[in-house]
Amino acid sequence: MTKIKTLADLKKMKDEVQSKIKLRENSDNSEQVVQVKVGMATCGIASGAKETMKYFVDELEQQAIDAVVTQTGCMGYCYAEPTVEITLPGKDPVVFGYVDKEKSREIIDVYIKRGELIDGVIPLTFKTIDD
Amino acid sequence: MKTISDHVLDIVQNSVRAEATLIEIIVDEDKKNDFYALKINDNGCGMSREVSQNAANPFFTSRNTRKVGLGLSLLKQNAEAAGGSFQLWSEPRKGTKVQAVFQLSHYDRPPTGDVWDTWFLTLLSNPAIRLVYKHQTGKGSFTVDSAEVLEMLEGVRLQQKEVKDGVIEWIKNNLEEIEASK
Repeated sequence: MTKIKTLADLKKMKDEVQSKIKLRENSDNSEQVVQVKVGMATCGIASGAKETMKYFVDELEQQAIDAVVTQTGCMGYCYAEPTVEITLPGKDPVVFGYVDKEKSREIIDVYIKRGELIDGVIPLTFKTIDD
Repeated sequence: MKTISDHVLDIVQNSVRAEATLIEIIVDEDKKNDFYALKINDNGCGMSREVSQNAANPFFTSRNTRKVGLGLSLLKQNAEAAGGSFQLWSEPRKGTKVQAVFQLSHYDRPPTGDVWDTWFLTLLSNPAIRLVYKHQTGKGSFTVDSAEVLEMLEGVRLQQKEVKDGVIEWIKNNLEEIEASK
């Protein structure tokens, strides 16, 4: 493939892709999708949350799991960064600490896909932060 | 923070919290005069004088989840450690501008890092915010504007693997073209 240099090249590429893929139905219904919030304040970023978020975005896309991956602020568990809050449809949010690539894989394979809890949950009466 | 991209990822969160609808990230580098300037401008809610004067103080924060606020202070520290300077302007209801200048050739200037990932991940989380990244060097300049990219992608999701890879390749190729510092 030729090098993508301009916005026009990018558009060409997008049109090719568009004709090939069957558009996945974009479920706007956030009740149905898995929500992944990666703690991305200073503490999270310094501990490598960018790599964690990248892994979740790529892997969930690859495995065609309907999910929304977003950044969130500091949840106050700076010691356990990177932290990730997972909300499965119809369930309460669960926060995992020390989420590196290895842990991310485990979270996707065991918790997100099978719904079984694994080690590394930060307990406490956790409330999601909205700001 | 290990890279300037990490700082950008971090500082931009401030703008997101300030409910900005436009965030501009500008890197201006000049080999001749040996400087590397990073500017982040937003049109968010801004800060009062008292808050903006304290913003770079590590023991000041507007949050209540913890007692420290290190984002701007770490950027300031890194800029000053690399022979540069740090400045901040803010006006309530107008927005905030942050500028960190580094000495380009300084040993302690953090590398630029994967700024394409920073741009992409921030946009993915905040699709409603117009996110502009501009990089200028003596060889030319390159701008990524999320408004243009999203308009172009109409109908295809940003996360679609081929699209994501294409967008990132496009940014990388152009930064290479203008010989942006790593």
